[in-house]
Amino acid sequence: MPGLRLYLAQRISAMVMTPLVLTHLGVMIYAIRGGLGTTEILSRTQGSLLWGSLYGLFVITVSIHAAIGLRVIAYEWFKLSGLLLNLFAILVGLGLLALGGQAVYTVVLA
Amino acid sequence: MSKLSVTKRGDFVKMCIWRGDASGGSFVDYKIPVSETQTVLDAVTWVQRNVEPGLSYRFACRVGMCGSCAMMVNGRPRWTCRTHVSKVIKNNQIRLEPLRNLPVIKDLVCDLSDFFAKWLKANGRFVPTATREHPVKKISPLSRQRQAANAAIECINCAVCYAACDAVEQYPNYLGPAALNRAWTLVNDVRDDGKRERLRAITADGGCQCCHSQHGCASHCPNELNPARSIAGLKQVAVTAIFKGEV
Ligand code: SF4
Ligand code: SF4
Ligand code: FES
Repeated sequence: MPGLRLYLAQRISAMVMTPLVLTHLGVMIYAIRGGLGTTEILSRTQGSLLWGSLYGLFVITVSIHAAIGLRVIAYEWFKLSGLLLNLFAILVGLGLLALGGQAVYTVVLA
Repeated sequence: MSKLSVTKRGDFVKMCIWRGDASGGSFVDYKIPVSETQTVLDAVTWVQRNVEPGLSYRFACRVGMCGSCAMMVNGRPRWTCRTHVSKVIKNNQIRLEPLRNLPVIKDLVCDLSDFFAKWLKANGRFVPTATREHPVKKISPLSRQRQAANAAIECINCAVCYAACDAVEQYPNYLGPAALNRAWTLVNDVRDDGKRERLRAITADGGCQCCHSQHGCASHCPNELNPARSIAGLKQVAVTAIFKGEV
């Protein structure tokens, strides 16, 4: 059962994600059509506050949005509920955060 | 699929009617003579008068006003008194079941207690701000709020939308399209004094946030109301209330 606050969190994360997804797609197309290789891409992203915060924000909103969305699906289709349901959503959220965080770390900081 | 051919006098149509009660049941086939402009409700009545006096179903007005004759017709919820046999027949047959999402009492009759209890739970009751001693309040029919209320007001409580709603199926607590549509008319009624409790009701467990916005309700409502749009309005009210710290 989605509560009002989860509903709101999902809408807000979607709002934040929309321009980020478009930016990401734009960047992908630009990088590939421009023929940029791994080293060139990394040379632009390493240590960049802009790319770091952009993709950092992207990862956070995706984790929130996907966790809430999958929580609904788990409730409706797999009949999870109560503590188990929330645990599932939290694990999904944290898992995505860890995976995405690691990717951002690699591209920007490592 | 044969359409108009079956409306000729002298033709027959097969009607599979669900017979049973809360403990279970099955479909029973009946052969019904069809006539032009015959409604599904007419056909059910024919079965009861001529073949199966024990068949239970509900109706009152027969003109689309009382909202009591709704059933699942070939898998879709419809008001049967205003549904022509010729319009819904498929492969020369019609399958009738009690409304979805509601407990069955017997045959085509459902228990609507939950449905109506949710109207009360959504605070769908008008709470007056004035008494008969007060002058009548003037409300412009052109005001934005009155227009929003008017667009949603002509509900006949038929529960067709409730039967069409997947969120009701998934969340037994969900107030459902009809009750929330009613709440929306009152949210927009400037004479009403129940706004605070209503806000609480529509944002609590089973409130407007359960709606998936897929418009199953709107595409089945026989009165062409759009409960999904009303619920979208309620969601806006709810979100504003969160930011104002009211819920
Ligand atoms: S739009 Fe909402 S209320 Fe209407 S049928 Fe879909 S889930 Fe139910
Ligand atoms: S909103 Fe439409 S479908 Fe739902 S109860 Fe009212 S009249 Fe029936
Ligand atoms: S019998 Fe009254 S609406 Fe159908």
